Amino acid sequence: MQQTIKIAPHQQTHPLDRHVGRKSVGRQKYRLEMLALPGGVLLLIGLWALIAKVGNYPTFILPDPVSVFNELAEITLDGTLWHHTQTTLFEILGGLTLGLSTATLLGYVLAKSPLLERLTGPYIVASQSVPAIAIAPLLVIWFGSGKISKILICALVVFFPILVNTIVGIRSVDQGLKTLMHSLRANRWQTFVMLEIPAAMPVLLGGLKIGVTLSVIGAVVGEFVGSDRGLGYLINLSKGLFNTPLMFAALIALGTISLSLYLIVTGLERWLLAWRR
Amino acid sequence: MTSAILQAKSLSKAYETTHGDLLAIDHINFSVAPGEFVCIVGPSGSGKTTLLQMLGGLLLPTTGAVLTNDRPLVEPPPEISIVFQKPNLMPWRTVLENVILPLQIEGTSRQEAAEKARKVLQLVGLSDFAQSHPKELSGGMEQRVALARALIQQPRILLLDEPFGALDALTRERLNREILRLWQTQQLTAIMVTHNIHEAVLLADRVLVLSPRPAIIAADFHIDLPRPRPPDIEYTERFGALAYQIRQAIRE
Ligand SMILES: Nc1ncnc2c1ncn2[C@@H]1O[C@H](COP(=O)(O)OP(=O)(O)OP(=O)(O)O)[C@@H](O)[C@H]1O
Ligand SMILES: [Mg+2]
Repeated sequence: MQQTIKIAPHQQTHPLDRHVGRKSVGRQKYRLEMLALPGGVLLLIGLWALIAKVGNYPTFILPDPVSVFNELAEITLDGTLWHHTQTTLFEILGGLTLGLSTATLLGYVLAKSPLLERLTGPYIVASQSVPAIAIAPLLVIWFGSGKISKILICALVVFFPILVNTIVGIRSVDQGLKTLMHSLRANRWQTFVMLEIPAAMPVLLGGLKIGVTLSVIGAVVGEFVGSDRGLGYLINLSKGLFNTPLMFAALIALGTISLSLYLIVTGLERWLLAWRR
Repeated sequence: MTSAILQAKSLSKAYETTHGDLLAIDHINFSVAPGEFVCIVGPSGSGKTTLLQMLGGLLLPTTGAVLTNDRPLVEPPPEISIVFQKPNLMPWRTVLENVILPLQIEGTSRQEAAEKARKVLQLVGLSDFAQSHPKELSGGMEQRVALARALIQQPRILLLDEPFGALDALTRERLNREILRLWQTQQLTAIMVTHNIHEAVLLADRVLVLSPRPAIIAADFHIDLPRPRPPDIEYTERFGALAYQIRQAIRE
């Protein structure tokens, strides 16, 4: 018996050998990604400068990068930018937290109870036939033009995709692993923590990825509808002032928020789903 | 047979399906003595998995009961471990973490669990792969991890549901020998479902033949071959005769 084990060829190579190889390839790829992003941004700015120069448009139609960066520097230094960014970021994160927690909670319950899902399903789907953004004005009427209405809009916008992903994720947990947990006498909590969460994690993170993007949209739309602070407000304001460089500066700030959130989720994915690589 | 370690008493299982009840197991009676190696063979769809799941407390019988220590099973008991047809490993856990899972659920300290896991991994010849993930393993290695995970619970009874059915003949033979060695050294009682008559005769003290569905026990063979089974036993006359009789019993 011992002999048969020793002969087995796969045991002659140390597993570490393969690990090292695979990991360094992954790291190289990641480094390339890290370079690709700033490189791409620089390329876009170059293109933009070129178009602005060749077309020679008036500043209020297409400002060149220099005037936008001047504007950006100015509002950064006098605190205006942070004042508005702070508000929008707060709304995005608040809405995300609220939407994420309620949607995952409800999604889990619905995934576990087909009866409840059948009962509530039609309402949930019907509620989706009205785009969440369309009721933004109503929420502003009800909850005022402060942060609360924006948080609610964000939460509403992210709710459905995260709900669906949670249901799909929890439902897709392998039946064999469920039987295994049963045979090992795992209780509900242990099954939840040791099986359901890790098994559903890829799908849950997929929902979160969509969620962060939608949340940014929700906050901006909410601010368009009625507010006196935030990057959406700033965009609206700059439109009224025909200050297009200011609008661009606000857009850049928004883009930075979106991108940062996206990168955070991607990083989370790399960390939590390391076993898939 | 004086004291049975496991007993099926008038055991039946009917599945509710869309077109009425489907009787899978029909009032089966048998008992297993401590230390016995029993193989269950039968045609596909006869109810072998159903029977094994009831023996493991995973599935409640429609009538009758499975008794351990004269008490009916209502849930999976700690003294029984199951090796499934699929390895059922968690892909996000390393081999070591997979093997630890049962102890983690019991609340054993991490350190003690890791120590025990190293021991059983050595037992199944996978010490070098403790830190690998399941997808880095071959099918046979995955089943050995599943076996280690069953052994770490120090069961008295090991239930195996065609554990090596998906593997090639050579790997299968090697793992069967390993099962025999573990059964002997760990003083287990083993009940194994298999499609393979050859395998059943090689391993078992007793072979139960299930009839086509609804399953009853069509035949109960005592395998009177010497233990430990010599490597060339498969080529003896007695082995061939037993295999032939079992094959006939399944046909009928
Ligand atoms: N959950 C279930 N619901 C309804 N019917 C089932 C269920 N599980 C099994 N059956 C039916 O019960 C019968 C026995 O199934 P079982 O899986 O026990 O057979 P088996 O002997 O293990 O087959 P195989 O050798 O192919 O694995 C089959 O006819 C099957 O269709
Ligand atoms: Mg089966």
